[in-house]
Amino acid sequence: MARSIRIGAGAGFSGDRIDPAVELAEHGGLHYLVFECLAERTIALAQLARQRDPDAGYDKLLAARIQAVLPACRRQGIRIVTNMGAANPLAAARKVAEVARGLGLGGLKVAALTGDDVADALRGTQTPLDEGGTVAGLGNRLVSANAYLGAAPIAEALAGGAEVVVTGRVADPAMFLAPMIREFGWSMEDWPRLGRGTVVGHLLECAGQVTGGYFADPGLKDVPDLARLGFPLAEVTEDGDALLTKVPGSGGRVTPATCKEQLLYEVHDPARYLQPDVAADFTGVRLDPAGEDAVRITGGAGTARTGMLKVSVGCHEGWFGEGQISYAGPGALARGELARAVVRERLRLIGLEAEDLRLNLIGLDAIIGPGAAPAEPREVRLRVIGRCASAAAAERIGHEVDSLYLNGPASGGGVTTSVREVIGMRSCLVPAAMARPALHWLEA
Amino acid sequence: MLLRDLAHARAGDKGDTSSIGVIAYRAEDYPRLERLLTPERVRAHFAGIVHGEVRRYALPGIGALNFVMEGALGGGVTRSLALDAHGKCLASAMLEIELPDEV
Repeated sequence: MARSIRIGAGAGFSGDRIDPAVELAEHGGLHYLVFECLAERTIALAQLARQRDPDAGYDKLLAARIQAVLPACRRQGIRIVTNMGAANPLAAARKVAEVARGLGLGGLKVAALTGDDVADALRGTQTPLDEGGTVAGLGNRLVSANAYLGAAPIAEALAGGAEVVVTGRVADPAMFLAPMIREFGWSMEDWPRLGRGTVVGHLLECAGQVTGGYFADPGLKDVPDLARLGFPLAEVTEDGDALLTKVPGSGGRVTPATCKEQLLYEVHDPARYLQPDVAADFTGVRLDPAGEDAVRITGGAGTARTGMLKVSVGCHEGWFGEGQISYAGPGALARGELARAVVRERLRLIGLEAEDLRLNLIGLDAIIGPGAAPAEPREVRLRVIGRCASAAAAERIGHEVDSLYLNGPASGGGVTTSVREVIGMRSCLVPAAMARPALHWLEA
Repeated sequence: MLLRDLAHARAGDKGDTSSIGVIAYRAEDYPRLERLLTPERVRAHFAGIVHGEVRRYALPGIGALNFVMEGALGGGVTRSLALDAHGKCLASAMLEIELPDEV
């Protein structure tokens, strides 16, 4: 068994930069490179794409990312784990094999993990949704239902020799936990180690968010060379403790402070960070400086998994209609306020049916609400948005903003309008047995 | 003094719930944060934005408090009409909180 392994994070969201992943693959001394690219809603959108085209429904940047890192990974024996399969891991795996062949890297072993799609098993059931109501209550508005799978099937793929593992919905930390389970031979009931591995996975899963990305606040929290922000890697020991660092010479910084922000990111009860494999406990975690851009992570813990899986449920929720217009210079605020009142009145007069409507002035009250009277802004931008049952109704909102050009206050400019479909995400819990993880093998 | 003078913060989202980690720059300031930055104080600061319960979890080992605010994201990230549907900016808004100066 290995004594320690080095795992890098090559992406923290679907649109993430590619260069830092190449830097990690070439200079990180890695054994594993993990790409986390699947936000909550992305899989529902991917499901819709797959319904239109059976070969679609995986991450748009899959080919570009694999193309960029595969030569270095193949040369050094670095194995890749990614959830870029989204709603179609099989088609994604075929694409990976195609890219490998194009690079002259034949014989690449690719595993696709399916079984997270539980829509058929869940549809029409009385399973309660966290947001209220039941799955049955969504009727034919249901678009997708994907369970967060755990690390075991990914570890199995790695044990079977997969050089690239492509998944759909899996718990983000599980993609990092799987190589540890595989390399160190951890039992799936070794709660303390699974907990510690989850801490490491959670710190890595958002890539640059732990190396100084989303951290800089000039004068208070400065980050050197943010433009060339490097992505993190962790050297993990067989006990699940780790040293978190980045490639020397890359931009950004790794300090206890950057790690603390990421440790708490999207966490509710830190004593019970619920994962498919373990309930991880972050309360005893220690983050100690260990040299330049290096932090030692110890003290994670864990208790038994709940036996339930979280499921993300996507459903049709109508249409957003939106319009924006700017006012600037002296009197900008008063003209913006007048424009807001005019649009509100016109939408009332045309009898717009919106489930929800919001009229804000960007620069005044669009983000954190009205505060104590601020200094007069030099620019404000009216933003009107509503959610409607039909695209036609949603279009009326942008139309009423557009018409402010000739029918509103003086000197408004820069109108933009849009109409877009709303896919809302809800969540529920299902028994783990509802998901049927399965591996499919391909060779380039 | 502003909370921003003592601590930094990051916001995350799950459905209609915003969670904000507030971290003391210096370990010696943490007890003061724990004393003054109560869930009630945070709830009052976000009146009009947060419509549900505010829970607080303490992590004294790393000098941090984690706030979980329900009903904070306009009905949920994916259906919210808010410009910042994820409530990412709420972390900076949190740091606007005024703390009484202590001798």
